[in-house]
Amino acid sequence: MSANQLALWYLVAAVSFILALKGLSSPHTARRGNVYGMAGMAIALLVTLAVVYSHSRHVLPILGGMAVGGALGAIVARRVQMTQMPELVAAMHSLVGLAAVLIAIAAVKNPQAMGLDFPITFGHKLELFIGTFIGAITFSGSVIAFGKLSGRIRSAPVVFPGQHYVNLAIGVAMIGFGIWFCASPPAAEWPPFLIMTALAFLLGFLLIIPIGGADMPVVISMLNSYSGWAAAGIGFSLDNPMLIIAGSLVGSSGAILSYIMCRAMNRSFFSVILGGFGGEIADAAAGGEKKPVKSGSPDDAAFLLSNADTVIIVPGYGLAVARAQHAVKELAAKLTAKGVNVKYAIHPVAGRMPGHMNVLLAEAEVPYDQVFEMEDINSEFPQADVALILGANDVVNPLAEQKGSPIYGMPIIEAYKAKSVVVNKRSMASGYAGLDNPLFYMDKTMMVFGDAKKIVEDLVKAVD
Amino acid sequence: MTAGVDPIVINLIVFVLAIFVGYHVVWNVTPALHTPLMSLTNAISSIILVGAMLAAGAADLDWAGWLGVVAVTLVSINVFGGFLVTQRMLGMFRKKERSTGATKE
Repeated sequence: MSANQLALWYLVAAVSFILALKGLSSPHTARRGNVYGMAGMAIALLVTLAVVYSHSRHVLPILGGMAVGGALGAIVARRVQMTQMPELVAAMHSLVGLAAVLIAIAAVKNPQAMGLDFPITFGHKLELFIGTFIGAITFSGSVIAFGKLSGRIRSAPVVFPGQHYVNLAIGVAMIGFGIWFCASPPAAEWPPFLIMTALAFLLGFLLIIPIGGADMPVVISMLNSYSGWAAAGIGFSLDNPMLIIAGSLVGSSGAILSYIMCRAMNRSFFSVILGGFGGEIADAAAGGEKKPVKSGSPDDAAFLLSNADTVIIVPGYGLAVARAQHAVKELAAKLTAKGVNVKYAIHPVAGRMPGHMNVLLAEAEVPYDQVFEMEDINSEFPQADVALILGANDVVNPLAEQKGSPIYGMPIIEAYKAKSVVVNKRSMASGYAGLDNPLFYMDKTMMVFGDAKKIVEDLVKAVD
Repeated sequence: MTAGVDPIVINLIVFVLAIFVGYHVVWNVTPALHTPLMSLTNAISSIILVGAMLAAGAADLDWAGWLGVVAVTLVSINVFGGFLVTQRMLGMFRKKERSTGATKE
């Protein structure tokens, strides 16, 4: 295969990746999009395998590695629970990051195998350096994110004095060693390269430990973006435009998702990165005098629900934790059978990653035409008879519309505008933002305390 | 025209244009599919498998070549896992097309 043919095949693969992302613009075309993605990947891998075969015939170790890795991946993809998607995605980001580092090390050792000149030019070394450090930060950052998401390490932010200066110093040192590596002759390039890599691993670790659980949706989006830039960086070093295109698509996708998540939480990207949020719960809520709440039984709530014309269900992550999605779907089906119009309202940060709640509801076979994004459904609350809030707190907190409150300006689901509100929570504890929620004390609000799954199941029974 | 242009500059042109394409395509993704978007982009970023294969296919399979083999194995988890889990998730959304037309943005 000539170099031109190879490049053209890579172009086909790159276009397939663009079509794959384009397919996700609607659930109708999404599966076809994913098939485009697989086809593009298959083309890219087959032609690369052909190139390797014609160079060195060393394809057996590659095929062996792919068989082992592929089997593992297939098993994980089949077994993973939808509530665990954020962990899975974080774990996968870490693999891309680590692989980028390994490839860069191999390229420094054997430049010719990767089609590079020996000695490697300054420009290519610079690109290798950039690909390596982004890959290393992605790896260690994703490992921490994975640990926090899966509960293997505490999700509270770890902060210490002078943290940002320590990070800054490490970052500067890392760049210094990187440039030293770029300027070194082949004989002396290993020490600065390895020190630079070690510092990058350390930096990834230090950047993510101060970020609390509430900001995890931003963190995984950001690491998603980094894994793309790492791939693009490797593409630059290998002069491979397809890697650059695929990496940039991923990089910009992750960046956009981070932006959307920050906007949904009303937080600036920098304040998330600097960390320290989401730990000190209940500062604001503590000390408040006990205000009266109206609590009711599932039977009372079921009465309200079955006499309503329109019910909007607002699911929060508490619902998913209690694994109550199937029960909710049953409740909705029963209400629909009684002539009640049921809709779902989803806040962008309702789950642990962008779009998470939509997947959790889809898994419970909730029809996606009943599920609405916040902006599309907020105008309907004043006409809704009941807003049923299940395991959500901050995202329905009307304080967000009050000047001076810590969450002022955060876009919320305007459930408080409904004619009556039913809230299921385990207790009166505050949410991530550590704020009390005036919605719970409104006259039209009925609190139903208890485990979401149990309560929803009781509701299903009581609706008959 | 491209005769005297450094490959780095060509790469930079590709890079900038790809970011523009990515920006426009991704803003069109419906928010309901942001989780599949993430697992799909994750699978796509495993394209660095190409680099890992080149490293593993070095003429003499020394320790750096074996490092490439390790990288191939790690990224293969992503390639297969990423695309398959995306397909599984999208299948959940698809089952509901029974109801009338069902177009939700």
